[in-house]
Amino acid sequence: MKIAIASGKGGTGKTTLSTNLAAYLSEHGDVVLCDLDVEEPNSGLFIKGDIVHKQNMYKMIPEWKEDDCTLCGNCQKVCNFHAIIQLGPTIMVFPELCHSCYACSELCPTSSLPMVRKKMGELVHYKKGNINFIESRLDIGEEQAVPLIAQTHKFVDDSFPDNVIRIFDSPPGTSCPVIEATKDANFIILVTEPTPFGLHDLKLAVETMRELNKKVGVVVNRYGIGNDDVLDYCEAEGIPLLAKIPNSRRIAEIYSSGNLIYKEFPEVKQQLEKIRFFIINELKEGAV
Amino acid sequence: MKEIVVISGKGGTGKTSLTASFAVLGGEDVIVADCDVDAADMHLLLEPDFEESEDFYSGELAYISQNECIACGKCFDVCRFDGIDVVNGSYTVNELNCEGCGFCARVCPTEAITNKPLKVGKWHNSNIKTGSIMVHARLGIGADNSGKLVAKVKNEAKEIAEDEFKDYVIVDGSPGVGCPVVSSLSGAKFVVLVTEPSVSGFHDLKRVYELVKKFNIKTGCIINKFDINKSITSEIQKFLTEENIVHISSLPYDEDFTKAMTEGLTIVEYTNTNLKKLVIDSWNTILKIIP
Repeated sequence: MKIAIASGKGGTGKTTLSTNLAAYLSEHGDVVLCDLDVEEPNSGLFIKGDIVHKQNMYKMIPEWKEDDCTLCGNCQKVCNFHAIIQLGPTIMVFPELCHSCYACSELCPTSSLPMVRKKMGELVHYKKGNINFIESRLDIGEEQAVPLIAQTHKFVDDSFPDNVIRIFDSPPGTSCPVIEATKDANFIILVTEPTPFGLHDLKLAVETMRELNKKVGVVVNRYGIGNDDVLDYCEAEGIPLLAKIPNSRRIAEIYSSGNLIYKEFPEVKQQLEKIRFFIINELKEGAV
Repeated sequence: MKEIVVISGKGGTGKTSLTASFAVLGGEDVIVADCDVDAADMHLLLEPDFEESEDFYSGELAYISQNECIACGKCFDVCRFDGIDVVNGSYTVNELNCEGCGFCARVCPTEAITNKPLKVGKWHNSNIKTGSIMVHARLGIGADNSGKLVAKVKNEAKEIAEDEFKDYVIVDGSPGVGCPVVSSLSGAKFVVLVTEPSVSGFHDLKRVYELVKKFNIKTGCIINKFDINKSITSEIQKFLTEENIVHISSLPYDEDFTKAMTEGLTIVEYTNTNLKKLVIDSWNTILKIIP
């Protein structure tokens, strides 16, 4: 079962929930936690384990071979991303603009643009108790998160059996990276806070997930602050409210040091148990 | 005209609340650009009137005309993005996966495939309660946030500022370290980093600053909620000194930020406490040090 933890607004507690839920579930069995927020991966700050495996991640880009090139200009013409241009007698490639579509390479009449790999980030596999934790990190200066998210997904699919619960900590927002991170998930948990910003961005996230035909549930973080509009919205839309994590300065302090909060707050542990129960029921119903 | 960009790397540090406060403090002199187009929230605090709206197109999407398609499968073979679905022998485009590279259209022997311009969102030009103007946008669901809409919002705001002889453009930047934030940063005079003293806040601050450095822009930092973890706060201060980043201010953990937001107000309109004074001081410091 794949559970993606997402949110429209950043900083609502995706990583807090992902890491605490993964650690809590691991007290009952095997769990895979995968950080797909490759631009700013943070789960690893809370789940420290032993490194099992480490690998560079690559994307494919064309490399110009001058020898047979007739400077016909076809490559520049076929590239929709302006990633390859002809400047006088030279062909220049802009790797950060390249989407690895292979059009320039495969449509080159003289095969002068073979595809070569270029490093875009790094994947690390950690193990801690029953948790297998996979983290990918985009290199600074690389602009496209989507290919790295896609490859990380594939790594998880190839490395672990289907019946293990997998939790994906997704990037914030509602654009491509989020779609890539959530499109294969069986269930989406949206984390929000009960404030106007939280509600506004939750609605966008719900719309996005409905577009993808995903089942969603909501976890309200910092419950007690703000107002009840988020709760009213969930009720009106028939979205299950899975848990409420209380607002507390003490929780913010524990979190700030990189510690798991459920170990110190029984009321948080209780909320995680509610989510676990919900997941077990989902599994039983065969909905996934 | 000077452009100030506020970014944070990590979400939830108070970036938008502070940017909106600065917009209120700057009043008519400050044009606002909400470049967090993926989760734009500034309009909830600044009461825009959506005076002008325009669709924004960027990139393309393939379309297969079933009349011309001979189901040869060439498009399927060349697509690297699983962008072509085959159902009962008929070929269609998977709109979520299609990257708009156009390779399929180029290899189609019957010209059954065309590329259509893709609407990725809408941008707006609004009068706001500060007596000034805000340019903001809404990215469509699942759209490619390639930074082009961000660039559009920013350039529009800059043009207005120049036409109307305004002193400043303040930009609420995007999260992360990818295309949208790169677009937010380009051309800026001054960057304000808003961070919080948590392991994640500090981690993301360092990562986003690595990016800012490449642009060689003068930078300042506001440490929000500085009192939730004093030892990380002092680590951040050390980092700022080492990197020659101006420490603009430290603000305490205060739920008044959330209470103000719940009322649709910025903190400087909501309260008269010391917090308001600290935010005013932060804005004045920025104005003093901006090159």
